[in-house]
Amino acid sequence: MTLTTTDLLLEATGISKQYGAVAALKSASLAVRPGEVHALMGANGAGKSTLVKILTGAVHPDSGTIAVRGRPRTVHSPSEARKGGLVCVYQEPSLIPDLDLRANLRLTETPLEPFRHWLHELGLEDLDLSSLARRVPLASLRIVDLARALAIDPDVLMLDEMTAALPANLTERVLDAVGRTRGGERCVVFISHRLIEIAAVCDRATVLREGETVGVVDVNAGSEERIVELMLGQSVDQMSATTAHPVRDRTTQATPRLEVRGVSARTKLHDVSFELYPGEVLGVVALEGQGQDELFDILAGSERPTAGQLLVDGREVSLRHPADAIRAGLVYVPADRAEALLMQRSVRENIAMPFTTRLRSWGLIDLPVEKQRVDAAIASLQIDTRAQGEVRRLSGGNQQKVTIARWVAGGVRTMLCFDPTRGIDIRTKQQIYRLLRDLADGGAAVLLYTSELKEVQLACDRAVVLFGGQVVAELAATEADEPALLRAAYNLRSEAPLPEDVAAAIVAQEASGGTPDAGATRQPEILA
Amino acid sequence: MTAVALAVRSRPLDTVGSWLRRNAWTMGLIGLLAALLVFTKASNPNYGAIGLQGLAISVLPLALAAVAQAIVVIAGGIDLSIGAMMAFTNVTAAVLMENSGEQAAVAIAIAIVVMGIVLGLINGGLVVLTRVPDIVVTLAMSFVWAGSALLVLETPGGGAPQWLMNLVIGPFFNEWIPKAAVVLLALVAVVWFPLRRARLGLTLYAIGGNPLAAFRSGVAVGRTKILAYGLMGLFAGLAGLSLSASTGVGTPVPGPYTLMSVAAIVLGGVSLAGGRGGVFGPILAVVILQLIRTDMTLLGVDTNAATVAQGLILIGVVMVGSVIQLWRARS
Repeated sequence: MTLTTTDLLLEATGISKQYGAVAALKSASLAVRPGEVHALMGANGAGKSTLVKILTGAVHPDSGTIAVRGRPRTVHSPSEARKGGLVCVYQEPSLIPDLDLRANLRLTETPLEPFRHWLHELGLEDLDLSSLARRVPLASLRIVDLARALAIDPDVLMLDEMTAALPANLTERVLDAVGRTRGGERCVVFISHRLIEIAAVCDRATVLREGETVGVVDVNAGSEERIVELMLGQSVDQMSATTAHPVRDRTTQATPRLEVRGVSARTKLHDVSFELYPGEVLGVVALEGQGQDELFDILAGSERPTAGQLLVDGREVSLRHPADAIRAGLVYVPADRAEALLMQRSVRENIAMPFTTRLRSWGLIDLPVEKQRVDAAIASLQIDTRAQGEVRRLSGGNQQKVTIARWVAGGVRTMLCFDPTRGIDIRTKQQIYRLLRDLADGGAAVLLYTSELKEVQLACDRAVVLFGGQVVAELAATEADEPALLRAAYNLRSEAPLPEDVAAAIVAQEASGGTPDAGATRQPEILA
Repeated sequence: MTAVALAVRSRPLDTVGSWLRRNAWTMGLIGLLAALLVFTKASNPNYGAIGLQGLAISVLPLALAAVAQAIVVIAGGIDLSIGAMMAFTNVTAAVLMENSGEQAAVAIAIAIVVMGIVLGLINGGLVVLTRVPDIVVTLAMSFVWAGSALLVLETPGGGAPQWLMNLVIGPFFNEWIPKAAVVLLALVAVVWFPLRRARLGLTLYAIGGNPLAAFRSGVAVGRTKILAYGLMGLFAGLAGLSLSASTGVGTPVPGPYTLMSVAAIVLGGVSLAGGRGGVFGPILAVVILQLIRTDMTLLGVDTNAATVAQGLILIGVVMVGSVIQLWRARS
């Protein structure tokens, strides 16, 4: 205990990781002292999860060093990291759904007594360990994950969005348990989008931006604004000033193309309302998991809302199937191309698949006319079709263009784009922004969810911000700069009830009468 | 823009090239078949028009079964009851046709095809409604259909009208063109080609290749799957009728058609994962498999050893084909 190296329990320096053309981490560093709860902060895609995965050996870094208690260490796998005292609770539950909880614990060689002790501390002492993991509600699974991690008494415990799926009473227990680490020999690295929680339990915060560590902040009364500032950085935008488009006036008497009225979806969306007018691009901004996935699934007809109405051109519609949504003119462009395209088929077939180009739905397809429309769509989107044949041979950017082209070919009324520029090079991104603007100028309505806040001013007329399944702000494009959007996305200035309170109320309501795992997929049990 | 212009300028060569590239597997099978025919003729100079007619008539039932299987597998399913379905339709036809007039037999033949479609729709309906995996449902249904076949007719018997047998046996105008081959191609041309170019054809590939993408594109995934099974049933019924036509009787015990049809579609370039392939490859594959057997018989190879060899050749061909594809994809 004489050397200064013991000052730091965990030290990572110069970590970088490249995925193809995308640099997930450029030079990230993290230094955690013993007895500390350390927040790891950053906007979506800043590299938090990648850093945690590298620290626990799930991903191998391209460069950088990791030292635990002053000794350099390379971890090759999560189980090795575990033996070395580095344990992470990831965003997704890591239990095997078809094994009971006890078997799951045996699988990770978790000692049962400490596990029970922690389960008790976390308020789940009456959990039946012989129940199948997939029959246990999500919130309880998260607690089991945490208790399992705590049971082996790790030196460094990393919690990645641990509280995101928890109701308020459990969140409180978790924060209590985390807070108890303070002042001891061990430490916790805590990732959360909720600044309130950071303020409640963390001592210091490391802020990542675009794969780099941009600052370490002592958490105290005034540190929230400072953290947000760091997350934004100075280089707020080099592009928007030059490419920003004039904001058009919306005639207030026009009928909205799409009106969302009080839509709710179980615990994920609560009373969401907004209007989308022809000729505008409406941005949707939210941190991860604030209900945007559910909102788009509902609008695209893949899911049904538990309450609320959808009106298209002033008439109420009921969307039971994507085919209904397409008929109502609501077409969906997902972020993941694999969810939209037939990778093994040709560009022509992919563009033709939604049958918006078809002249007839029965009988032979009028190939020449279809070809004409497909070619026009390919030309207008500048899709590089030199790699003819299968779509999977196209680049990611060109694939994304195909997913848009398939709707453009049939004429677009309302396009729902869910983060369409994710993982796409900057040139294609700009083509897509321009295309969305052109569509709007041509009278279409575009709803654009984006995880890149810059895009709002580049492509949108106005934006709504979701937090905890509710619309917490609406901003015109002129005022929707990154700081404003990020503050709204973190719900820093809002009187809206905290999402955990709303979720807790619903969970309590369901526990009294509902089925715990209606959302989980059930396996057929004929062979059991 | 330049890319579009390029594509326009070099279209004719491009289209032929890309067509060949897309059908490389089928082209390879044609080459393999040609080589086998040459080998057959070389090793047995007497093999000629009669041999070809025999070949066509012997492959007809399996070829139709392979087309049936290919359609289901392209749509992301698999049917293990094709052999039993063929036996069921075959004995039903044989029993009904035994003492019926020639006229009535035409109506019966049509009824048998409809019966095939219904059996297929039942399989498909069960798969979609129960959400039990295809392989389980169709395996179970294979027992149902095989048992039903035995209930209809316990021992081989019944009959088939002369016109039905004349439809597939013998040459068509020229002695080198077997009737069975003409019938097979006509059936595929009448059913599969229009389908391939219609909306349903594309949806079959869509639900097999990526059900989520198909769903999001507005395709009724369940309904399309049921239709795929119905089409499968159509071809299985035709295969059952072709058994009547080629043997003249009904046989209640299913032949080896189910697993042979799976082997044929794999060799024929249909992806078992769904979404890829056609019906021509499987037909060629059936002919190749049969020709290999014929050659071995002509060479005097022991029948059991021939079966072993057939299996090994199947693995070898598919493996070599996959390696070539992998190698092409890399370069």
